[in-house]
This record gives sequence, C-alpha cells and structure tokens, in this order.
Amino acid sequence: MFGYLVGRLSQAVVVVFVMSVIVFVGVYAIGNPIDVMIDPGATAEIRENLIRKYGLDQPLWRQYFTFVGNVFQGDLGNSMVYNIPVTSLVFSRLPATIELVMVSVTIAAVIGIPAGLYAGYRPNSLGAKLIMALSVLGFSVPTFWIGMLLIMAFAVELGWLPSGGRGEVAEFLWFKTSLATTNGWSHVIMPAINLSLFKMGLLIRLTRAGMVEAMGAEYVRFARAQGLADRQIVFSHILRNISIPVITVFGLELGSTLAFAVVTETVFNWPGVGKLIIDSILQLDRPVMVSYLVMVVILFVAINLIVDLIYARLDPRVRLKGGS
Amino acid sequence: MNAALDVQGLTTRFATRGDAVTAVNDVSFTVQKGRILGLVGESGSGKSVTGFSIMGLIDAPGEVAAGKVMVDGQDLRALSDEDMRKMRGNRVAMVFQDPMMTLNPVLRVGDQMAMAVRVHRKMSKAAALKEAQRALETVGIPSPEERLRAYPHQLSGGMRQRVAIAMALLHRPSVIIADEATTALDVSIQGQILAEVRDLADQTGAAIVWITHDLGVVSSLADDICVMYAGRIVERGTAQQVIDHPRHPYTQGLLDSIPALHEPGKHLPQIPGSTPQLSRLPQGCPFRPRCPRATEICATVPPADTKDGQTVLCHHPLE
Repeated sequence: MFGYLVGRLSQAVVVVFVMSVIVFVGVYAIGNPIDVMIDPGATAEIRENLIRKYGLDQPLWRQYFTFVGNVFQGDLGNSMVYNIPVTSLVFSRLPATIELVMVSVTIAAVIGIPAGLYAGYRPNSLGAKLIMALSVLGFSVPTFWIGMLLIMAFAVELGWLPSGGRGEVAEFLWFKTSLATTNGWSHVIMPAINLSLFKMGLLIRLTRAGMVEAMGAEYVRFARAQGLADRQIVFSHILRNISIPVITVFGLELGSTLAFAVVTETVFNWPGVGKLIIDSILQLDRPVMVSYLVMVVILFVAINLIVDLIYARLDPRVRLKGGS
Repeated sequence: MNAALDVQGLTTRFATRGDAVTAVNDVSFTVQKGRILGLVGESGSGKSVTGFSIMGLIDAPGEVAAGKVMVDGQDLRALSDEDMRKMRGNRVAMVFQDPMMTLNPVLRVGDQMAMAVRVHRKMSKAAALKEAQRALETVGIPSPEERLRAYPHQLSGGMRQRVAIAMALLHRPSVIIADEATTALDVSIQGQILAEVRDLADQTGAAIVWITHDLGVVSSLADDICVMYAGRIVERGTAQQVIDHPRHPYTQGLLDSIPALHEPGKHLPQIPGSTPQLSRLPQGCPFRPRCPRATEICATVPPADTKDGQTVLCHHPLE
C-alpha cells in the first residue's frame, strides 16, 4: 500500500512536469500577450519596458526555469490582466465552480443511477426504452443549446428563475457559498441541471449496461436459486459489482467538469474557473493559463488516486501494488 | 407416502423467431427421499433446462408449458411467484456447474451465506453466520470460521463448490438439484465430493437430482438413471440396469464411448453426428439419423414409451 502510494506520487510528479512543459510551449506559440495588452498607439519604448518587465525578452527555456523556480517558492506568478497573484485569482473563483459542479453531479447520480438500474432490470419495458432514448438526447444535444432553451423557457417566458449569474452568498461552516441562501439556489439550479444532462446520460447507459450483464451472471442465478428476492439481489449483490465502472467514469467526469465547465459557465454567466480560463486564453493571460492547467493536472491525478483507492475497497480482487 | 420429488409430464418451451422450441418434452420421473437420480445426456439434451424448470427459474422467452412438479406432495407450479421464491433454497435447492462464477466475487463467503440463511429464517446475522459455519463443517471444509471471512477468489475450485453445496444444504431442503456440479473440478476432488454427496443423501434424506453428461460419474453415485435425448427421457431404470443392460441404442453408444470402460489399444467408438437442433427435429425418432439400429419405421413414427420396468423410448431396443 505504501509502495503503491509512492509509485503513484512519483508518476504524478512526472505527469505534472511533462504537462507544464507542453502547456508552456503551447501558450508561447499562441501569441505575444503584449500585443493584446498594450494600446496599439504606445511608443516602442513603453513596449520594450513592458516586455522586459515580464521577462518576455528571455529565451523560452530560461522563462520556463524562472517559472519553475518561482513555483517552488510557492509563487505561481501574477495575472497580467488583473495584476493579482494567480493563486488568489483561482481560489476566488473556485467556490462558485465547486458548488455548481457538486449540485450537478448529485443531480446526475441521483437520477441517472436509479434510472439506469431500472432500464437494465427491465430492458424490454416501455419505461426502459424511454429512459434510453432520453439518455441519448442527454449526451448528444449540445450543452449550450439546451442551456439557452432553459433560459428561454424558465427565465424569459416563465420568469421563474434568474437567467444567469451567481446568487447571494452566506457563511456556511468555514466558507462562503451561495448554496446557503434561497436566492443562491434559484441561480444555481438551472446551470446545474444543464451541466448534469451529459453526465446523467452517461451514467444511465453505464449503469444499464452493467445491470444487463449482471442479470445474466451465474452468481445472480445462484442467488435466485437461494430464494433471494430481486430487490435484495440488486442491492446486495449487483450494485457493488457494477459500481466499479460507474465510479471510474464518475471520477473522470467530476474532474473534467470541475476544470472545464466552460460552456455552461459562459451561457449562464457563472463566475467560475471555467469562465476564468476562457477569458485568460482570449486575453493571452499566460501565467493564469499555465498555472491553471497545472492545477488541473494535479486535480486529475488526485481524483484518479481516490478512484483507485475506492476500487480496492469495493473489489477484493484488486491489489494495489507499488511501481507500475 | 409421497415421493420427495415427483415430476410429471414437464414440458418447457422457448419462443424463438418462428415457432416455439420444446427444450423439455413430457419429462416424468420420481425421486424418493435419500435417493439420487442421475439425469444424463449430451449438451443440448434439455437436462439443465429440466433442472431450472423444477426450480421455477425459466426466464422469458422460455416458459414451463405443462406438467406437475410435486415436492413432498405439493405442486410447485401451482404456487404464486412469491410462494415459489420462498420454496427456492428452502425446500428445493440447486448447485451450479461453475464454482468460479456462482459465488459473488465481491462479497465475503460468510456474508453471502448469511444472506441465504436469513432470507428464509428470521435471525440475527451472528446466528446466521453460526449456521453457515455449521453447514461448512458438514461438507468437510477445514477451519470454516476462517473461510467465512474469505472472498471467493481466495478459495480453490473444490472449496468453492463445497461452499455452494453447503449453501444448498442450509435449510435442509427435500430436493437438491446439482447441475454438472463436479464437472469443472479435478478428478480427485470430484471423487471426494461425490462420496460426500452420497453420504449427505443418506444422512439428510434429501432427494438429489444429479445432472451430468458423464455416465461414469452417475454409475458410481446414482440409484436410478434417466437418459435424456433431445428433450425427452429415452431410457430410465435403476443405475445397475441402465449401466449393465442398456436397452436404448443411445445409452449403449454413451457407455461405449467412456474411455475407462473400454479395452485399451482399440479405437474408441463414438456416436456419429451430434445432438440435433431442437428447432429442426427429424420426423419420427429424433435419434434415428445417428442410430445403428434404425429401420424404416423409425423415420416416420415417433417411438412410444414401453412400460415394462426399464422404460425405453425405442422401436428396436436392445435385449
């Protein structure tokens, strides 16, 4: 177990390193941030000064090592646009994204998993066919389009919900969240549903596939031969077996939604990190892009590690080994 | 007194595209308390479907179309789904072929067994585990307490099958159906388990239906033998009668193709051809295309039961 953790952590270090190089080179190739930041009418001298100030006159490798050196001192740099440290910028946006994503994955799981179980348990029923048809819609209709339809229906026509933005925040335990106020919920519910549809479709199909396979498994037949009722077979025998692929996908989806809820955050004008990264790319805010993507890598490594640990608890045949 | 298991005219059909396939066709047999019936046939002969039909575990598109399944004088087919569920594992139990697959890989043996105990008897989990431990002792599993905490993959194949048999014994059922229960095991383990099953039948008085393709296995284990072919029982008698004086050419063919009973150095005889597709059964006797004794009548008229002690479904039985 200890060897396993050491192995995984050293892997993570390599991944973060490689990733940071790729991002750095990639961002360098996109364009010169000075061109975007500066007034086109500024003199060559002002321009030169700015370039020197940000170290952009240095060769790429030296810029990279300066960046790495600063990172080791806990400094991810300042945003060129907001001129505040990148870390505080990201952490000011993170709570909004986390609450949006948590609400949306909860909706996806609470509806998607039972629906998938039912669709797999009675695959030929009308209800199952309806669920499957809707799940196809869930992940094939574009998110931005459904988002706009939701706004049209519930904000513009019916006027029940606000069309975008984050609601009032209130203190809850140690942090401020909009989930602690009614107004906050009225703002979060629509983008959360919008964001959950894709994941819900995925969970439905995954759970159903696992259920259909499990229903034909010998151990289920044997359990029925012991006189166990179907309900008990599903909840005591099958659920644990099919939770492994479901948790894998759930973990990956959680990570990618946290990092890239871009479309929904843009449509609903939600002040989260997805919107931050898109804005930084448009403004060529290099430190924000690089630091943010490195943080995303760390996030994924962490989620994968947690998923692996959950596996080992769920399936006794899984052995966590060091290295590999 | 009632027989422990009395099956009369059992017929199971599967609806396929086109017409229904009759997998089990008018099958009848009885098993008395403490007796073992060997149900023998090639794959596709309908022997497993017979077992599942008795258990009421035939899923759509299959359906038990006719017949009676009497256990201790009670007709299982007349029961509601819920009452039938209460019979399963309780009065009639079943053991399956593949011990790798029949136990749930992610649950401890003890948890699975305790679940099987508590589904029919209200008791605490601790008491159920005690019960499970006793069942494991009965089937000769060493240090059963430890085994209860193990996961299935930590046990050997023979051990797993013993666990499955122990689970079948939990509620002292009147009838146990064992479907190829030792087929996947080593010959030496198979011998041990067969001896234990024989003891169990004698001690607990359970009636056992031992389904297998291996006449060699049942010849040493069973009291009576039914040979199935294409969904029908084609020969029935005591084990001794059937093994020593087979009357159906198919049984004769099966016996001839057991390597152990054959003279060394000679070609092992085999039955030509393979089991017919149930959807395309030949007119007349289904065994005719493979039968050395077939004549014209076999091609047109299906053979009828000749009820003179040792039943044979054949126009030209061996004497």
